[in-house]
Amino acid sequence: MRALYSAPALGLVAAVFLLPVGQALWTSLHRVWRQVPHETPFVGLENYRLLLASDRFWAALGHTTVFTAGSVALELALGLGLALLVHRKIRGRGVVRAAVLVPWVLPTVVSSLLWGWIYHDRYGLANHLLLTLGVLAEPRVWLGDPVLAMAAAIVADVWKTTPYVALILLTGLQAVDPVVYEAGALDGAAGARAFRYLTLPLLLPSMAVALMFRTLDAFRVFDLIYVLTRGGPGGSTETVSVLAYQLLFQDLDFGRGAAMGILILAAGAMIGTGYLWALRFARGAG
Amino acid sequence: MRHARRLVPALAIAAALAWCTGPVLWQLVTALKSTEELYRVPPGWLPASPTLEHFARVFDGHPFGRNLLNSAVVAAASALAALAFGSLAAYGLAILKLPGTRLVLGAALGAAMFPPIALVSPLFTLFDRLGLLNTYLALIVPHAALALPLTLWVLTSYFGEIPPDILKAAQVDGCTPLGALWHILLPVAAPGLATAGILAFIYSWNEFLFALSLAGTGEVRTVTVAIALFPGLEEVPWGQIAAASLIVTAPVIVVVLLLQRRIVAGLTAGALGG
Repeated sequence: MRALYSAPALGLVAAVFLLPVGQALWTSLHRVWRQVPHETPFVGLENYRLLLASDRFWAALGHTTVFTAGSVALELALGLGLALLVHRKIRGRGVVRAAVLVPWVLPTVVSSLLWGWIYHDRYGLANHLLLTLGVLAEPRVWLGDPVLAMAAAIVADVWKTTPYVALILLTGLQAVDPVVYEAGALDGAAGARAFRYLTLPLLLPSMAVALMFRTLDAFRVFDLIYVLTRGGPGGSTETVSVLAYQLLFQDLDFGRGAAMGILILAAGAMIGTGYLWALRFARGAG
Repeated sequence: MRHARRLVPALAIAAALAWCTGPVLWQLVTALKSTEELYRVPPGWLPASPTLEHFARVFDGHPFGRNLLNSAVVAAASALAALAFGSLAAYGLAILKLPGTRLVLGAALGAAMFPPIALVSPLFTLFDRLGLLNTYLALIVPHAALALPLTLWVLTSYFGEIPPDILKAAQVDGCTPLGALWHILLPVAAPGLATAGILAFIYSWNEFLFALSLAGTGEVRTVTVAIALFPGLEEVPWGQIAAASLIVTAPVIVVVLLLQRRIVAGLTAGALGG
C-alpha cells in the first residue's frame, strides 16, 4: 500500500525511459525508413553492422572522445582553481559566486550562438582581441578549420560548465573540517604542502563525482555542437549524438538512428559503471 | 611580498569575473548596436548610438511572443508535474522509509545521466502514432520525466531533515499519511519545493533536443528552437539573435541571482546525493 507513493514517479519513468528503450531496440533490429512507415522488415543486427563498418561512426566516436577528454580535463582544472578562489575569505567572492552561475544558467543554444558570434571570422571578438594582443598575426576562420572548430567548441563548453564543476568542488571544500588544517599546521603542513597533503586528498571524492557527471554529460553533447557547427566543417566536429540526430532526421533512417541511440546508451552505461566501479574500488582501498 | 599576496587573488577574481560575464556583456553590447555598427572592423567596445531596433525586429517578423509563451507553458507544466510526482516519491522514500530506497535513488541517477538522443527516435515514433507530435504534451511528458531525478533528490534531502516528531504529532491528531504530506510536510518543505521547481523549470526552459525533434515545427515551437533556427538561409541576423538571447536569458538570470544560495544547494544536493 505504501509503495503506491512511488508508483506515479515509477510510471512516468517507465513511460519515458523503459518503454522507449524497448521501442528503440525493436526499431534498431528492423529496416525502418521514415518515408515508408508500413514496410519494416526484420533485419537482425544489420543496422549495427552497417554502423560499425562505417568510417563516419568511428570518426564521430573519435570526435566525441576528443571533445570529452579536452573539455572535462580543462573544466576540472579551472573548476578547482575557481573553487579554491571563491572558498577564500576575500573581498568580492560573493559577486564571483553569483557571476559563475551566469554561464551555467544560460540555455546552451544561447551560449552556442553567443560564441558563434565571438568566433565570427570578420567581425568576431576572438580575432579582434587576439590580434590586438599580438597573439595572432592574421585573423583565423575559427569554425572553418577542423582543428580550430573542435578547439572552439571545447572552449565554449568549458565556459559554460566550469561553474558546475566549481560548485561541486566548493561544496567538497566547505565540508572539510577547519580542525584538519589547524592540526596540519601544527605538523608543519601549510600553504602548498597543506594543499598537496590535506586539501587534495580530502577533495578527491568530490572530484571523482564531478569527473563522472561531466564525462557522461560531455559524451552525450548535442546542443552546443549542433548549433555552433552543425557537426562541420566537413563533419570534423560531428559527435555521436549529432550523428544519431542526422541519421534520424536528415537521412530519415530510423533503423540506423535507433541503433546509434542504443550504442550511445550502451557506451554511457559502460562509462558510468566503470566510474562507479573505480569509485568503489578506491574507497575500498582507502 | 605582502602586496603580491593581496594582488594575485584580486587579479584572479577580476579575471574570473571577466571570463564568466564578459561574453554575456558582449551579447548585450551587440544587441544594442545598430546593424551598420555590428559590421564595423574593428568592433567598438560600446555601442556608439545605442538602439533597440533589434529587440523590436525580434517580435516583428517572427512569432517570438508565441515562442516565449510556449516555453513558459511547457516549463511551468513540466515543473509542476515533476514536483507532484517527485514529492509523492520523496515522501515514500524519506519519511515512510519504503524498502528499495537505494535502488530508486540509483535508478534516478541512471535516469539523470541518460543520453536523451537515445529517447528521441522512440518518443518520436510513439508520439507520432498517438498524434501527439508538435503538441505541448510531447514536450511536457519527457521534460517532467527528465527533471524528476533532480526533483527527487532535492525533495528527499529536504524531507529527510524534517523532525519526525512533527509527523508523529500529526498522526496522533488523526492525519492520514497523505494528509500529513499535504498539510504538514509540503508547507514545511516549501523552500525545497521552490528550489526543485525552479531547477525543473530552468531545465525545461533551456532544453533543445526534444523541443527540436518532437515539437520543432508549427505553433508549439519553443524559444530555444526559435533562436537556433533564426539564422535563416540568407545573412545571419546577429543583432536580432543577440537581442532574442537576452530576452530568453534575462528572466532566468534574475531568478537565479535572487535565489542563488538555494539553487546552489539544490544543484549540489543532486550531484552529491548519488
